[in-house]
Amino acid sequence: MLANLNLRAAIVSITFLIATLGLWQLATAPQVLTGAGELSEYELLMGGASQPSGIPAPSQVFSHAVDELSRPFYDAGPNDKGIGLQLAYSVGRVMAGFGLAVLVAIPLGFVIGMSPVLNKAFNPYIQVLKPISPLAWMPLALFIIKDSNTSAIFVIFICSIWPMLINTAFGVAAVRNDWLNVARTLELSKLRTAFTVILPAAAPTILTGMRISVGIAWLVIVAAEMLVGGTGIGYYVWNEWNNLDLASVIFAILMIGIVGMLLDGMLVQASRFVRYQD
Amino acid sequence: MTGHFLQIENLARRFPQPGSKEPTTVFEGVNFSIEKGEFVCIIGHSGCGKSTILNVLAGLDYPSDGHVIMDGKVIEGPSRDQGVIFQNHSLLPWLSTLHNVTFAVRARWPSWSRAKIREHSVRYLEMVGLGEVLSRKPAQLSGGMRQRVGIARAFAIEPKLLLMDEPFGALDALTRGVIQEELLKIWARTHQTVFMITHDVDESVLLADRVLLMTNGPNARVAESVIVDIPRPRERATLHEQPGYYPVRNHLVEFLVRRAKTLASAARDTDPRHTPRTVNPVKPDNFPPRPALVRSG
Repeated sequence: MLANLNLRAAIVSITFLIATLGLWQLATAPQVLTGAGELSEYELLMGGASQPSGIPAPSQVFSHAVDELSRPFYDAGPNDKGIGLQLAYSVGRVMAGFGLAVLVAIPLGFVIGMSPVLNKAFNPYIQVLKPISPLAWMPLALFIIKDSNTSAIFVIFICSIWPMLINTAFGVAAVRNDWLNVARTLELSKLRTAFTVILPAAAPTILTGMRISVGIAWLVIVAAEMLVGGTGIGYYVWNEWNNLDLASVIFAILMIGIVGMLLDGMLVQASRFVRYQD
Repeated sequence: MTGHFLQIENLARRFPQPGSKEPTTVFEGVNFSIEKGEFVCIIGHSGCGKSTILNVLAGLDYPSDGHVIMDGKVIEGPSRDQGVIFQNHSLLPWLSTLHNVTFAVRARWPSWSRAKIREHSVRYLEMVGLGEVLSRKPAQLSGGMRQRVGIARAFAIEPKLLLMDEPFGALDALTRGVIQEELLKIWARTHQTVFMITHDVDESVLLADRVLLMTNGPNARVAESVIVDIPRPRERATLHEQPGYYPVRNHLVEFLVRRAKTLASAARDTDPRHTPRTVNPVKPDNFPPRPALVRSG
């Protein structure tokens, strides 16, 4: 039954892909007009009836992708770098910003989760800061930090921190009283209770927060790099748009999706280690 | 006053009541004592404060009045001297069966070697028949097995006082019977001092040396201390053939059905330093049978 289910899902999935690509190919096919006498003045000026569409066909995108992926790490100056290199810059920034956010959010979330007073005290700030678009911080970051690359990392940091902070605090506060009582009757120290009872109990919730954070970080880095420029996949997209190379833009969009999926997949794998069935 | 291993004196618990200046008194004037190695059950209707008394003994809750002295010291907080088995097993679900026990044993004796901790833990798990499932997680065990891990964990740390809050309440009747016998066996080998809450009259007759009976709350008290005068080792299969079985059982049931309520309404004008009446339903004439339970003042 399961194999059957997988098979049926695969058939639907592949049919959908072929249909979409087929429609796309048809829609972008060059229009061939019959009868030269019916050409408009504009068409005559443009040198004939057979004009390539502005949007590249999937076949063009595919051949472009093969070309780019065959040499992902070349570096021919600031305007011409391999896609692998650009993605590496972006992933590097996300990792730096996200890593810093982990270092701040998890200990802070722990403290807030363990203390009802701090929970109440910090909650208003978290609620106000959380909905701020990370890009709104950009001017302030650029002014204070002055370095565009560090500012991008800061923006990633500030957008990654909230889901992790909230989830950590929630996970820690929701640890079952029974488990804490076990620790209390065994006279475990606060620190040992935190590491041997609260951390494993809250780990799945914390990991969920990390997944949300890394997803947001990856969304934000593209926009941030469009602003700060220089390197990275966001800059690449914007640069190719300025070059009017839409095949590259579509290819980059696909790559952004794939890398985002991989980042999420890594955290899903990590969460399998800390998951427990109650 | 001295001489008792565990001495509960004039214990009371009051909760503030919303919309009223007068707090609700769950129980008050609770006095009783437990000897070392004794197995004592407490029975009473819901809301009489049994669990609160147990939590006070565990150090997890505080009385509004009175105090508890164990082994010459006032209980002021949770400690390794009091082991607790909760109703819902409270195992750590991310640890295996064995590690749930070693976790507690390591906390109890931090200086022990890894091998010794393991050996000690395995021994107790084997006592409850779980030697084969050491590496399983609690989610992979049946409800009865989980409760047994909890029992092994509590016995393994060898507390001075073992507290059980309806340990079999969540189990089906058949499993409960099997685990009661296992509990009897492990208790016979270790002679722990046990204080246990139950709702099950038969369970208390099978397990206990003495059953404390509480009147209904609010203002509940421990009204009687009933001696279960049935020789050990007891077995579930033959328990009802013992001459003492029906007198004790009937006494307990009669109390719960009738007197828990009537005594509750009569309780308010009694002395706060009330001592439960000691009763031996098997030998009602030979009374009082246990001088240790008579308070000197």
